[in-house]
Amino acid sequence: MSVDVIAAAHPDAPGWSLGADKPTAFAHGLAVLLSTPGVVLFLTALGFGTLVRDASMTLGHAVFLSLAMYALPAQVMVVDQLQRGATLLAVAFAVTLTAVRLLPMTVSLQPYIRAREGSRLAQFAAVHFIAITAWIEGNRRLPALPERLRLAHFYGIGFGMVAATSSGSAVGYVLAQRMPLILQAALLFMTPSYFLLSTMAAAGHRRDWIAIVLGGALAPLVYVWMPAADLLIAGLVGGSVAYLAGRSTT
Amino acid sequence: MNAALQDGYGGYLVLSAIVLLAHEPWRWLGFALGRNIKADGEVFLWVRAVATALVSGMVTKLVLLPAGTLASVPLAVRGAALVGGIAIYTATRRSLAFGVGGGSAILALIEWLRAGVW
Repeated sequence: MSVDVIAAAHPDAPGWSLGADKPTAFAHGLAVLLSTPGVVLFLTALGFGTLVRDASMTLGHAVFLSLAMYALPAQVMVVDQLQRGATLLAVAFAVTLTAVRLLPMTVSLQPYIRAREGSRLAQFAAVHFIAITAWIEGNRRLPALPERLRLAHFYGIGFGMVAATSSGSAVGYVLAQRMPLILQAALLFMTPSYFLLSTMAAAGHRRDWIAIVLGGALAPLVYVWMPAADLLIAGLVGGSVAYLAGRSTT
Repeated sequence: MNAALQDGYGGYLVLSAIVLLAHEPWRWLGFALGRNIKADGEVFLWVRAVATALVSGMVTKLVLLPAGTLASVPLAVRGAALVGGIAIYTATRRSLAFGVGGGSAILALIEWLRAGVW
């Protein structure tokens, strides 16, 4: 029944994936912890831990938010808003606006996560790991893997990334205020660099490059007149134009 | 600290409510909507382009309009570090580690020199 046994391996399939079982795929996903994205996530989470300390919340809050949300922009929003004394309703609204971006990411990763085998529940639970970093890594690695290994590999990536971000938050909380300002700024700067370079690394088709340029150019412009929905509008407009432009050339 | 968080367990209850009501539903909705999307279909290509543009938008926002500590670094320095990072990434045959590390090293170096001069 498994089509994949007879189907030829993907040309870009990593060597370990040939004849690998699911635990192996999971372990190779978990190893993301030691790769650039894992290290970058750990380092940027240090900044979040610092922020939680600054807001005089507890170490437990820092780790809890990292585990339960696992999306740095929303985590930062919660702490920042609570620190400013915003009402809970206002906090929830702001969080929801930052979380809308997870919708297109989740939709676009679905074809890779939904193997024919594997339980619905396991596929459903996997969406908790979808945030920019795991989305980028998933997009980059999953298409080349045999279908039966994809979910296990994605779980490995997810666990690794959650471990990186929660341990980073905890360490950042403890080290807070002992780091020089320049070092803090350099750590914070890793987030946009990593997002940009890894999106460039995943870009293949002309459509991807147009999306990168348009999305990047539109976001600050849209922010000026509609700060609440800037990313969503920049994504929809930039992505749609890129899609149409990519279509007309193929 | 916000009053809502002062009571130990109550604080976690508040945070859990925010997570479950305001944050996770977008992932669940994506799961439900993604059910019928194929990896080589047109809808998928469009959604992927939207997600890519959105991530790129987040990059320019973080660099042009950062909050917190990064805002204390002048815009020109942030721009130079981003361009430098891209250059290093390209020169090192697309190494993410060197690109990301190099960009931050440029930022720290310029800031350190500036702090020394003034």
